[in-house]
Amino acid sequence: MAMLSSPGGPAGIGPAGIDIADLKPGLGDPVHDSQGIFRILLEAMARPGKVMQFEGGLDAPTPLDVATTAALLTLCDQDTPLWIDWIADTPPLRGYFSFHCGCPLVERSQEAAFALVSDAENMPRLALFAQGVDQYPDRSASLVIQLSSLVEGPATVLRGPGIRDQTVLKAAGLPDWFWNDWRLNAGQFPLGVDVFLTAGRSIVGLPRTVVVEA
Amino acid sequence: MEAPASEEAGKMDPAQAARQRWMSVLAKAQLSELESAWKEMPQKPDFDWLRAPETGMVMLRARTGGTGSQFNIGQMTVTRCALRLANGSAGLGYVQGRSKRHAELAALFDALLQDGTQAADLEVKVITPLQAQQISRRKEASKKANSTKVNFFTLVRGEND
Repeated sequence: MAMLSSPGGPAGIGPAGIDIADLKPGLGDPVHDSQGIFRILLEAMARPGKVMQFEGGLDAPTPLDVATTAALLTLCDQDTPLWIDWIADTPPLRGYFSFHCGCPLVERSQEAAFALVSDAENMPRLALFAQGVDQYPDRSASLVIQLSSLVEGPATVLRGPGIRDQTVLKAAGLPDWFWNDWRLNAGQFPLGVDVFLTAGRSIVGLPRTVVVEA
Repeated sequence: MEAPASEEAGKMDPAQAARQRWMSVLAKAQLSELESAWKEMPQKPDFDWLRAPETGMVMLRARTGGTGSQFNIGQMTVTRCALRLANGSAGLGYVQGRSKRHAELAALFDALLQDGTQAADLEVKVITPLQAQQISRRKEASKKANSTKVNFFTLVRGEND
């Protein structure tokens, strides 16, 4: 049996509570859907640069895409502080994740285990997220960055574990500094952040081991 | 469970207090009572699940003698769900045990009771009788327990002189 995330006190009550009247439903079958989605996320991290697809219906809250919502609903729970970027940080969306994941929402990006970026152009630099510490490299942040497309952007050549020879990623809408920051991120291995890029129903994993060709 | 009721009572608004009362009555009602009350509803509204019924554990907290330091007294099985009616009003059901149907009916009544047009009617037809039954059940149990009560007393012994 699962541990219920909001004990006893109905989460929708009270001035500080969530207005559930405007809430969108989460995963239709939380246990099996999230297992299927987790499998896709694992595959995305194991095969960096490969575009994976989410099947199945999900009514994503604005301004999020299906892939972004599915990934966060699966990954976040009461032990993972979530940071939401300024454009998506609205009361309905905060309520959505508090209700369905029970995750704490943090204001400072450094404190987050997961970060939701819906406006990549204006996102904080990668160094502003938790990088992990030498004793615990796993205490770093995982970023879910929503983009307009994963197949129509400028080509970037990726190498590293999980990639045979090399692969080409065509992500559109990343900020100019992104791949430069990514080299710095990969350079401090085993520390550094991991990234999921999403667009529509597609998702690509970028673990910190990925090396970008100049 | 959450913050102690006594601390909250002072600053709680009446609507919230009323909702807390009917949610408590619905949660403590027996499933058969709720089913028959539901059967008598003239029209049964359509609804969407916000959170389908799920069963889990809730840690109960207590204080020694009601004032000591807090400790975990044990876990309780709880089934909860959230749903939204076609008219937009949302209801929550949190009930003890594993009955998903009980949680569903509690949430349905919770949603209907928040709708101003039906609230007064439902309050009279459903909540008040349920509460009366709960009080009488509790009285019956107390009476039974009371009849087995043993009073210990000491006979006054005579002085030795």
